[in-house]
Amino acid sequence: MKSNAELLISCQNLVLGYDGKVILSNLSFTVSQGDYLCIVGKNGSGKSTLMKTLLGLKTPMSGQIEWGSGIKANEIGYLPQQTEIQKDFPATVREVVRSGLINRSGLRPFYTISEKAIAEKNMRKLGIGNLAGRCYRELSGGQQQRTLLARALCSARKILLLDEPVAGLDPEAAAELYSIIKNLNDEGITIIMITHDIDNTMGFATKTLRINEE
Amino acid sequence: MADIIDKLITYFQFPFVRYAMITGVLIALCSSLLGVTLVLKRFSFIGDGLSHVAFGAIAIATAMNLTNNLFLVLPVTIICAVFLLSSSQNSKIKGDAALAMLSVGTLAIGYLILNMFSRSANLAADVCATLFGSTSILTLSMTDVWFSIILSALVVIVFLFFYHKIFAITFDEDFMVATGVKAKTYNLVLATTIAIVIVVAMNLVGALLISALVIFPALSAMRVFKSFRSVTICSVIISVVCAALGILISILAGSPVGATIVAVDITGFLLFSLIGKLINKG
Repeated sequence: MKSNAELLISCQNLVLGYDGKVILSNLSFTVSQGDYLCIVGKNGSGKSTLMKTLLGLKTPMSGQIEWGSGIKANEIGYLPQQTEIQKDFPATVREVVRSGLINRSGLRPFYTISEKAIAEKNMRKLGIGNLAGRCYRELSGGQQQRTLLARALCSARKILLLDEPVAGLDPEAAAELYSIIKNLNDEGITIIMITHDIDNTMGFATKTLRINEE
Repeated sequence: MADIIDKLITYFQFPFVRYAMITGVLIALCSSLLGVTLVLKRFSFIGDGLSHVAFGAIAIATAMNLTNNLFLVLPVTIICAVFLLSSSQNSKIKGDAALAMLSVGTLAIGYLILNMFSRSANLAADVCATLFGSTSILTLSMTDVWFSIILSALVVIVFLFFYHKIFAITFDEDFMVATGVKAKTYNLVLATTIAIVIVVAMNLVGALLISALVIFPALSAMRVFKSFRSVTICSVIISVVCAALGILISILAGSPVGATIVAVDITGFLLFSLIGKLINKG
């Protein structure tokens, strides 16, 4: 373990829930630069809620989340679960991947040449360079996840949060995705991943957070 | 054929016909630009809902004897659009239910207020004109035309300027918020633009038929095209062509303008569905 690694996230006594109902309480943990943190737990135990709270999409009922001083919101990448809307969305892979660049561009209405190059590089890195002009909704599940991961890489410079990245994938596609994520971690990107698949991820994770129902 | 052209030339010598053509095409352009996003965001009915809100606001303005009802109608519609687009996620009343509530509620209240306060002798005709826009497009003044030109230009500029952001928040709003993009601001811009388009479009097709202008071109384009950009461009072209054709046909056949445009839009949709099927087979 890297002992002097910079602290990225520190959570203290988090209580999560909605509509006044507590689903998770007294959660404290830290994430350091370079960590590979797996969050495991049963369905409905609040894993996704925890991730959304970390990302600022939901507010905790109490407790504190502190992001390290070295990280800004626009250095975070996120691979959410697929939404209903995306299933029949007319967009090319390139359009989707490039949308991950928006957190760099501020008000500027177009992408610069160097930004476009980042998108192309990330597509090649994930082996979808040849699919750039294809329609997102016509891809296989594994290809769609890689597209969304390439988009996340466009916005991630330091940390990547993944919400069940292999859900619905066949074992082969899942193994490929895991090895891609492992490579990213080796390159220095901090990973926080929600997973059901404990057997296949324990080898990669440097930390595991188990969430149990109340 | 020569007869038809002669007839059209005669008609186009009347300024009100030219005004109707310009305004109609512009409104078709603006509504189809935003239509793609609205259909994809599952807000197909927002045109319907917001136009009923505008109808309610017009009723209140009439009851209050306001000379220019736009100062009331526009802000009220914008507020409702913002409310609808921002409350869609994580709220207790889901987007479609909120929309339905607002749509039916404002329509009923608007009609109620018109009935109680209007001094007009022919209330039914007034309501009919507001809802179906049956004649208003043929009674536009030069000021109305300039007004719609300026607003359409504004809508097009805003759309082009925020194009990538609009795509991104349509595809995945959570991702944008999570990665530090000010999605709320862009939603606000989108909602305001939609409200403006709908208030302007009420002049053309009336409240009841606005939904058609928003959804048909977008749905037609989606049958055939597969990228966001090509769908957007195609839906604008479909919408403009259908509106122009609809107005020409309604002049020649003497049919109601709004309904004719929608009929042409439906035909276009059927045509594009067929083309889409053929492409996917081949």
